[in-house]
Amino acid sequence: MARMKFLCDADRCIECNACVTACKNEHEVPWGINRRRVVTINDGKPGERSVSMACMHCTDAPCAAVCPVNCFFTTADAVVLHSKDLCIGCGYCFYACPFGAPQYPRVGNFGSRGKMDKCTFCAGGPDNDYTVAEYQKYGSNRLAEGKLPLCAEMCSTKSLLAGDGEIIAQIYKERVVRRGYGSGAWGWKTAYKETIAS
Amino acid sequence: MSTLKRTMQTFAGALILLLVVAFAMPATAQVRNPDGSVNPTASAVQEGQLLQELQRIQGRVSIPDKKEGVLIQPAGQNWRHFHEVTLRWIGGIAILGMLVVLIAFYLIRGMVRLKSGRSGRTIVRFNAVERFVHWMTATCFIILALTGLNITFGRPLLLPLMSPEAFTTWSEAAKYAHNFVSFPFTIGVVLIFLMWVGGNIPNRVDVEWVKRGGGIVGDDHPPAYRFNAGQKMIYWIVVLGGSAAAISGYLLMFPFYGDLTVNGMQTAQMVHSIVAVLFVAAMLAHIYIGTIGMEGAFEAMGTGEVDVNWAREHHALWLEEEQGRLAGTAPAARATPAE
Repeated sequence: MARMKFLCDADRCIECNACVTACKNEHEVPWGINRRRVVTINDGKPGERSVSMACMHCTDAPCAAVCPVNCFFTTADAVVLHSKDLCIGCGYCFYACPFGAPQYPRVGNFGSRGKMDKCTFCAGGPDNDYTVAEYQKYGSNRLAEGKLPLCAEMCSTKSLLAGDGEIIAQIYKERVVRRGYGSGAWGWKTAYKETIAS
Repeated sequence: MSTLKRTMQTFAGALILLLVVAFAMPATAQVRNPDGSVNPTASAVQEGQLLQELQRIQGRVSIPDKKEGVLIQPAGQNWRHFHEVTLRWIGGIAILGMLVVLIAFYLIRGMVRLKSGRSGRTIVRFNAVERFVHWMTATCFIILALTGLNITFGRPLLLPLMSPEAFTTWSEAAKYAHNFVSFPFTIGVVLIFLMWVGGNIPNRVDVEWVKRGGGIVGDDHPPAYRFNAGQKMIYWIVVLGGSAAAISGYLLMFPFYGDLTVNGMQTAQMVHSIVAVLFVAAMLAHIYIGTIGMEGAFEAMGTGEVDVNWAREHHALWLEEEQGRLAGTAPAARATPAE
């Protein structure tokens, strides 16, 4: 089985937000929830870089560790998923997540956040594949169809890579060698405790 | 004079400008590679460097949820360690340690008996309003403590005993109970503060009481007014601990209120949970001494009236005050013979 990862090549991201839009459309994500977002660092200054970020599907995921009801699980492809039937909307995963991935349908005063929602690596949830229940709770299950996450597939500059960690790391390394520079795989050290030498 | 000063200033300004330009020159040169081609990453932001400088990487997002501008916050890992390891140790040691101490103390010391037995005559210690406030706060506290401990200790201790669905149902109900019971609890803490603050200001009698071991160790009964030093300690734990738990708790209940960041929320949770587990440990001692730890103590909050001998042994100065007051104000009512 593959070890699924995301890699955003910050030297290619043009902040077009197509990944964000693709994700929202594919999974019918409600208003206010952003499974993926683009963050621009040093906006308008020399050296500005944009990074598209969603759940990184961490190794030894912090969200899963702090969840009081143990609603997270890791698939055979190392995708971190959670059960909305078990989630109590406490918000702890958001405090632990290094990437701000967990989202909630409501602001959450008086503990009324609702069930947490996050990027599923287009792998659905614990419900049976292709069911209406799975789609309504977690969005489409492209992985079950043999496809990779739509955000990366839609990326206009192929900045965002999704797939087996070793393969996308290899693609990135080749890119860095060819063009002569690269600002590294953002978040990999925090998520997977490894970096790609550039 | 002033002309000279201005000239000097102008000169100094020009010098600084020159220096700045001189230092900036190499940086500008670096934008180009040695062969003259443009180096596009010369001033690019680097993840490792940003994390070292700022502990978190933040930028601009085009979505309304501005807190999503935080790209990477490794502090989440520290909070995770706190929640999974540190807090469980603090809570475990504080609560289990207190239980062990209390059981050991009970086995060694036993119940503190009334030395002179019961006199059969009683005196009002807490009126109906005081008792209502006490029990309202106490009930809320027990609910808050159990539902709160469930968040930290439920997964390792309770979840293995039931189905995940049942545990979720209980935990979700517990979460709402925790949030809404906090309101009467907070009101209770405020009322406790106002009701008893007069008798709980530390004074010289307390020093003497503490020096003589408060009658907890040994058979001594140092005099005390309405509240002895130990009770004053419990009072201030309730008032200060209750306030800290309430403030940090409301910050958690209204997430990201104002300018609170994710790191602010983590801090609020840490303060809330540490105060809470220590609070629980302190209240275990309070429950012990008010029930099986001391003969005649529970009546004070139960019926509101204590035996006069109990009052003489534990709160001699208060009894004197009270008897003096009663004798002065309502002698007729008190003098009525019982038989």
